[in-house]
Amino acid sequence: MNRFLLVAIALLWAQVSSADNMRLAVTTSFENSGLADVLLPAIKTDIDLDVQLLVVGTGQALKLGAAGDVDAVLVHSKEAEEAFVTAGYGTHRREIMYNDFVIIGPVEDPAGINGAANVIDAMTNIATAKARFVSRGDDSGTHKAERALWAAAGLNIQDHGDWYQAVGSGMGAALNTAAGLNAYIIADRASWLNFGNKKGLSLLFSGDPALYNQYAFLPVDPVKNSHVRNDLAMLLEEWLTGARAAALINGYSIGGEPLFVFNATTD
Amino acid sequence: MSAKFPLELDQVLVQRKGKVLLGPLDLSLKKNGVTIILGPNGSGKTTLLRAMHGIERINGGRITWAQEDPAKHAFVFQSPVVLRRTVAQNLAFPLQLLNVPRAETEAAVAHWLTRIGLSGKSETAATRLSGGERQKLAIARALIRKPDVLFLDEPCANLDGYATREIETILGETAEAGTRLVMATHDMGQARRLADDIVFMLNGKVHETGAAEAVIARPQTEELSAFLKGDIVV
Amino acid sequence: MIDILDGLKAAFWLVISFDAELWEISLRSLRVTLSALIIASLIAIPLGTYLAVQRFRYRRFAISLINALMGLPPVVIGLLVYIALSRSGPFGVLNLLFTPTAMIIAQVIIITPVIASIAHQAMRELWAEYHDLLISLNTTKWQRIVTLIRDGRRNLLTAALAGFGRAIGEVGAIMIVGGNIDHVTRVLTTAIALETGKGDFALALALGFVLIGIAIVVNLAIHTLSRTEREGRW
Repeated sequence: MNRFLLVAIALLWAQVSSADNMRLAVTTSFENSGLADVLLPAIKTDIDLDVQLLVVGTGQALKLGAAGDVDAVLVHSKEAEEAFVTAGYGTHRREIMYNDFVIIGPVEDPAGINGAANVIDAMTNIATAKARFVSRGDDSGTHKAERALWAAAGLNIQDHGDWYQAVGSGMGAALNTAAGLNAYIIADRASWLNFGNKKGLSLLFSGDPALYNQYAFLPVDPVKNSHVRNDLAMLLEEWLTGARAAALINGYSIGGEPLFVFNATTD
Repeated sequence: MSAKFPLELDQVLVQRKGKVLLGPLDLSLKKNGVTIILGPNGSGKTTLLRAMHGIERINGGRITWAQEDPAKHAFVFQSPVVLRRTVAQNLAFPLQLLNVPRAETEAAVAHWLTRIGLSGKSETAATRLSGGERQKLAIARALIRKPDVLFLDEPCANLDGYATREIETILGETAEAGTRLVMATHDMGQARRLADDIVFMLNGKVHETGAAEAVIARPQTEELSAFLKGDIVV
Repeated sequence: MIDILDGLKAAFWLVISFDAELWEISLRSLRVTLSALIIASLIAIPLGTYLAVQRFRYRRFAISLINALMGLPPVVIGLLVYIALSRSGPFGVLNLLFTPTAMIIAQVIIITPVIASIAHQAMRELWAEYHDLLISLNTTKWQRIVTLIRDGRRNLLTAALAGFGRAIGEVGAIMIVGGNIDHVTRVLTTAIALETGKGDFALALALGFVLIGIAIVVNLAIHTLSRTEREGRW
């Protein structure tokens, strides 16, 4: 029996491979959009680079970068990103593309946000109606954006009652929770379109420029963590800001709806 | 310094949790024969046997062996310990521990399987044997190292007459072949059938001792004569 | 309402179509868990047996410690391993974070106390059964441990399978230290978490059924192998 086990283990391990690769921490919203499935194979073909994605919230992505556990991060929270660069963890911040946040809620729309003049009105309506609202609550980019919207509407999250529920999980899990509670939630458009468990929920508000969601690429500074593959990160940045990436990003759509707008500038 | 007799006990004392279980007592075993340790329950028979075998820590006195090699004495417990292995593997076990060559081990196992009448069950799980078979197996396993002395703690206590007789036969042959037997029992009949010497234990001490015939015919103490008559002795 | 049948159907198709990604993920799950299981067993089984056989001053403390470690949430262990293996952590130079090796390390830490605790329990019972005999045969400590492991192997297998079950179904720790990287550290449990996050419950359930299937197959395979073993008859 022992011999059998040894053979089994040997067979299992036989197919381990390793290639030149780098690690990129990305947000769940980026991964859930499905864009990675388009970009990664193209990156592999064009510049022969295996990009290993660590899918986490923006907060954790920046933490991983600060610890030097990834070579670069691709996130969407401008303030936190700038703080990351200022603290010396990242060499610089390069904008790549944006998509937008949308407000999802019960089809019946009890707070009446469908047709609101702007996102401030929409947020105010939800708070006034005390309609159930699910927050990511995980310090992710989406969570930060949501908090910024409450603040812009002049509302304090601490004053929200029981209807405001912070779940502390990723976009997909939070959407599942909203579906279960029949609640409002702010999500990025891509995650929403790719989400498979929409029952009873629908897209109720979108389009306000305040909901634009800018993604930026930040290589981790090799001065602090010398083992970081800054060379590969720079290679990837060059590709991400190039013409091929632009075409793939602008051309990516779900159900005929384009999701991202490429907006990297060449300096 | 080795003892003149196979085994000498000098002021041996066993205490547990402040209570004296045994001793202090002196005892020497002669070279040959069968010594039966008699006594009521709790008189210290088991403790005495275990102390002589060296598996009970003593708190005082000294036990001296003529033969220092611990493989030269063996022990059979009241409820036999059988390994979760086949009958043959149980028999081989004590020899394997001593790294005895395989051929020699197999020959000894085959010999003892025949001797205890379990040849047909050599590949049976020992845990499936009957009580009598288990005790025979335990005795054979104890004897397979050819010990000079074999200690037995009431080996027939839970057995029927048929199994008891089989075991007594084996023990008789063993004694005749020159192995020293020291056996605790409270079966008076068994004592009469097997004993050369008798050690009568009471309250952790040797109360009376001597040649079997003499002791049984003319007990010197009230307690022993009461015990021989079948009265309760405390 | 999500239909469990959808999940079963999806699982069925995934399996019979030999879905390449499913195979890759399943094999990685097995590879990581079996490696962790072997390493953990090599530590835990002798440790559990040693704790059963040997009395020493801090034995009770060691046993309590193992039982306490058994209750530690895997996520906490994952976090500790993450901190240790992080580039800025004490073992950062080994460059092990987000590799299958890191997942194996975390799983070893999670299941070693489980296996050790169950093994200790089983070995303690067997030791109580064998104690007198093994002491009487004047065995060395090493011989005692080997004998107990050999004769208690059925119970030890149960202990190992408990560890396997815990490891193959674990998600919190390996998500943290493995990172759920596609083609590198994605295993069944982390893939299930991912698909659940995407709201693709049918695929998540399908992977769940595959996981259950693997656990059952491995259990059956190991039990069958141990039963067909020549000596495994009790």
